[in-house]
Amino acid sequence: MSLGKILEESTRTAVGIQAASYALACVGLNVQFGFTGLVNLGHVASLLMGAYGTAIVVDKGGPLWLGVVVGLLASVVLALVMGLPTLRLRADYLAIVTLSVAEILRIMVGTRSFRGLTNGQQGIQGFADGFFELNPIPRGRYGPPLDGLKFDERQLWLLLVCWSLVALTSLLVFAAMRSPWGRVLRAVREDEDAAKSLGKNVFAYKLQALVLGSVIGALAGVMLAFDRSFVEPKGFESAVTFIFLVIVILGGAGTVKGPWVGAMVYWFVFQFTDSFLRDVGWVDADVAAIRRLLAGVMLASLVIFRPQGLFGDRKESLIGER
Amino acid sequence: MSAEPILTLSGVRKSFGGLVAVDVGHLAVPRGQITALIGPNGAGKTTLFNLLTGFDRTDAGRWSFDGTDVTGWSPHRLARRGMVRTFQLTKALARLSVLDNMRLAAREQPGEHFMRSLIPPLWRTEERRVTERADELLARFKLDHLRDEFAGALSGGQRKLLEMARALMVNPSLVMLDEPMAGVNPALTQSLLGHITALRDEGMSVVFVEHDMDAVMHLSVTVVCLAAGAVIAEGSPASILANSAVIDAYLGQRRGQVTGA
Repeated sequence: MSLGKILEESTRTAVGIQAASYALACVGLNVQFGFTGLVNLGHVASLLMGAYGTAIVVDKGGPLWLGVVVGLLASVVLALVMGLPTLRLRADYLAIVTLSVAEILRIMVGTRSFRGLTNGQQGIQGFADGFFELNPIPRGRYGPPLDGLKFDERQLWLLLVCWSLVALTSLLVFAAMRSPWGRVLRAVREDEDAAKSLGKNVFAYKLQALVLGSVIGALAGVMLAFDRSFVEPKGFESAVTFIFLVIVILGGAGTVKGPWVGAMVYWFVFQFTDSFLRDVGWVDADVAAIRRLLAGVMLASLVIFRPQGLFGDRKESLIGER
Repeated sequence: MSAEPILTLSGVRKSFGGLVAVDVGHLAVPRGQITALIGPNGAGKTTLFNLLTGFDRTDAGRWSFDGTDVTGWSPHRLARRGMVRTFQLTKALARLSVLDNMRLAAREQPGEHFMRSLIPPLWRTEERRVTERADELLARFKLDHLRDEFAGALSGGQRKLLEMARALMVNPSLVMLDEPMAGVNPALTQSLLGHITALRDEGMSVVFVEHDMDAVMHLSVTVVCLAAGAVIAEGSPASILANSAVIDAYLGQRRGQVTGA
């Protein structure tokens, strides 16, 4: 494969459904982590709620819209379950609880006890037809004249919907963060006690941020599930949450464009490494290992060299505690 | 004492393990006046602050603020009621601008509700009003030239001023300042004392913690002296200086020549 082909493939991935749904998930995580300072190590559980909620309802014969609503409501319940007992405590409790809840959920949906609903390790498939029936785009291949950058009508439909959701939620976050409400969230991130002493109900704001982030995460889960028309427990391992964190920090935590910039850069670099290594003859297992290693190296170097992310405010990040 | 006290405590107790940190039988903080809380290190001044402002839980006792029993109220509820505190180690919200630090403290901003925050016309007017007030206060505390800087970029003294100005944005009836003069230079100490006096002149009640007796000598204040968690004396600065219990517990340690060998 030529370098041109590798670049083509990497670009395709950077605007593809992976990048789009990860960007969407990270818009949610950024509300919690970037703006409010909540360390949520179980964001993938919100995606699981959205994905499984939709899949189960449709699988049992319900309409698609109901599935999505159920998925989103499930993510609200999840956020409340994780937030109510922990948000009054020190920050690390939320981190521990979210990490464990995400693992518990993933294991639970894969067990035999819930096989009637989730179909265990086999997962659920074929629930996305309703979504693609809504597709107004005629059959064909769309995109620039480079073959590797063309998408068929199915992919294009999904991409349009997913990137639109990224845009809409980013707009929502933009508006909310410029408002007095967002100011309180940022104050909570800076110093909870100061916010309390000024009459802000810190617990309520943290809970709101957690719920909002979780619902946006669930939307991303729905998108990912539509893409493959398939959900299985393996898709919701905790490693995914850490990739989200890499993306949020990469793009700039607490910035509006951070999530989608981060997601695009991340998937570009990932795909590039992947294609390149395969091109020079590496085998699957090694490539997978290198990809994980790369994510770790990326996170470590970011924290050391550019804690504000690629496009974060340098001045802002230099402000330390005295 | 002209009016009813703004804050009254009875039987407030707190111990950490075997150590009784606070044990105040009865204390009334006069309305519209300045009360200085003094005492040696470890006397329980800050702990008492934390208890009264809801940042820590008491073991026993009740207290009422402005005629309402507020025992066990959460900090934000007390602040909304008009009792606002500052911290010994200043808590500037570092990555918020000085102006946003101020605006945050405003009490009745409808835009702090999530749904309403998305519709700017519902909070723009109030925001303008709040900004105006913030600018006035910043000018009064000589921080107006730093308005758009991150609060984290301010010096220690400027942070003290910002914290005091920010507390005023809440429109409090009682201001509780935890060591407002700690670690600032003498000139700034004078200016801070001036600001504290001004609060009183505007009708607010002020309680502040200080452990330097000299700083409060020249103010017309009620001094409450705390030692080992208990109130050992209460009165004018002059009467406190002459109080033998205070000399034994506190001043004597510093003025060796008075109590002598």
